Amino acid sequence: MAGLDLRNLVKAYGRTEVLHGISLHVDDGEFVVLVGPSGCGKSTTLRLIAGLDEPTSGDIEIADRNVNRLEPKDRNVAMVFQNYAIYPHMTVRKNIGFGLRTSRLPKREKEKRLEEVAAILEMTDLLERKPAQLSGGQRQRVAIGRAMVRDPDVFLFDEPLSNLDAQLRTLMRLEIKKLHQRVGNTIIFVTHDQVEAMTMADRIVIMNDGNILQAGTPSDVYYNPANRFVAQFIGAPSMNMLPGLVAPDGVRLRNGSTVDVRIDAREGRPVEVGVRPDDFILDGPDPFIEGTVVVREPLGHETLVYLETPAGELTAKAGGRTPPELGQRLALGADTASIHVFDASTGESVRRR
Amino acid sequence: MGTTATYPGEDHRHRGPGYRQRSVFDAANLGQTVRWLLLLIGGILMIMPIMYMISTSLKWPHEIYDLALIPNEPHLENYWFVLEDGRFFRWFVNSIVIAAATTLSNVLFDSLVGYTLCKFRFPGRYLVFIAILSTLMIPTEMLVIPWYLMSQSFGWLDTHWGIMFPGLMTAFGTFLMKQFFETVPDDFIEAARIDGLNELEIWWRIAMPLVRPALAALAIFVFLGNWTAFIWPLIVTNSVEMYTLPVGLSSFGDEADVQWELIMTGAAISTLPTLVVFLIFQRFIIRGVVMAGLKG
Repeated sequence: MAGLDLRNLVKAYGRTEVLHGISLHVDDGEFVVLVGPSGCGKSTTLRLIAGLDEPTSGDIEIADRNVNRLEPKDRNVAMVFQNYAIYPHMTVRKNIGFGLRTSRLPKREKEKRLEEVAAILEMTDLLERKPAQLSGGQRQRVAIGRAMVRDPDVFLFDEPLSNLDAQLRTLMRLEIKKLHQRVGNTIIFVTHDQVEAMTMADRIVIMNDGNILQAGTPSDVYYNPANRFVAQFIGAPSMNMLPGLVAPDGVRLRNGSTVDVRIDAREGRPVEVGVRPDDFILDGPDPFIEGTVVVREPLGHETLVYLETPAGELTAKAGGRTPPELGQRLALGADTASIHVFDASTGESVRRR
Repeated sequence: MGTTATYPGEDHRHRGPGYRQRSVFDAANLGQTVRWLLLLIGGILMIMPIMYMISTSLKWPHEIYDLALIPNEPHLENYWFVLEDGRFFRWFVNSIVIAAATTLSNVLFDSLVGYTLCKFRFPGRYLVFIAILSTLMIPTEMLVIPWYLMSQSFGWLDTHWGIMFPGLMTAFGTFLMKQFFETVPDDFIEAARIDGLNELEIWWRIAMPLVRPALAALAIFVFLGNWTAFIWPLIVTNSVEMYTLPVGLSSFGDEADVQWELIMTGAAISTLPTLVVFLIFQRFIIRGVVMAGLKG
């Protein structure tokens, strides 16, 4: 087991630069999730770590050893692919055993290890089957088994759950998390699903356009987003943005009301006030904007309410039992602590905490 | 008819109680019937030459221009004659050796080149592929003379190597294999790379088993092509011992007299290996040809 260091990693395909010098330190045994929209560079980063692509510049260190020039097989990493990539012409036993080909362990030791992995993944009965005879979840487990059996320094997961149906995905999410608690290897997990990222990660790394926008614990990125992109990417439904201008006593919104927050920005500068749907207080004290309910989405324990306001369409959460009526006018406010403010042009957070 | 209206064209159906079977002339059935008829005609056209081949091989020389399918006095003398003739056995072996060696060579090298062109990015890759493909446009007849001159200068005339060297790799096979390797997801190859296989092992142990249907199809095409090849073996061989079956069979006749019954007997025997090859690979080829059709 070992940590991982990325230093100023740049990757360009021809003239198109897809990674603009990212740096990241991952602790030994940490579960890090790279998350971002498609094309943000997260899979490229993973491929660079695996050695499937060469960085244009920058350094990759695994277990304090520079691996830039090492072949994938010499890096002691294991990768689980989105479509599993378990070999269809081999049995489960051979597939899992394949991960041990290069190991110098004696044959009996290899067998033992294989059986152990199969037992952990509850696949002992399936060892003689071919992949075609397995369900999606079982195939996924074989892929994980093939990675596990090598006891790598770093596990790399490339969107491994996106081919599974919703129910199975939740289940495998839990299994991978349990597995991590059990084996304790360093894991780099790539996904575009922020729920996956939030639920599994020790630390989330949010990427966009080939840059790391923020890295932090799930609660960190949720409660203290460093910029507008992170604020809107993490959390569903997305954070509401209300345009306004910096005023002496806070932010003046377009409807003339003032949001009372302290910010690090010059007066008169255009900013956006961010409020999560959960954080809106409906018809409470000190509202700063009013709106009319245009759509309701009942979810059982709560109801999503879409409101037409002078600041555009906003989303709020209301109780599940007594949701507001369609067409009802609501006054929206929020606790000062839960309000975010972002610079309108740079998108960076300017909220003083 | 009473109150029930009768429409033109309906009265011939005579739909009584419980009458469900549709007539052959129903529009829906007509298409089906035509299809079966066409298939039947096609089938007969395919089978007739084979039937005549077998029939002729059982006839006496004086009967062969009698078109009757059933010989008057069927006998196996032709078979004994051909099989006891040492030359036939020799040609048979020549053909087997050449067809088998060429098949093996094509399966190995076409797929190696196809795999490289498909899965590796290197400068000039597209150009190489186009160059290989463009050779498909050159007819064999044009190549025969350069081949001959080449064989002559290398001393390959009248040798097994001389017969088979032009067919050891084919542009068609390379193209076929490249197209099939496109269906192998890169993830398999990258997974194998991480698992520690070298590039040759990845090709052999991961990619090749995944394109088995294409390999089977290629094996059948190449085997049949070489088994029935005529022009080049005829040109490159001089001695009777080096003949392949088709060349040898054609020699069962001279300007004055063609011994059709012996040619047909030899032909009948020579179809056996192709049948064997087909039976071995047929479960793959059907899928293979379908996929080739979709991908090509």
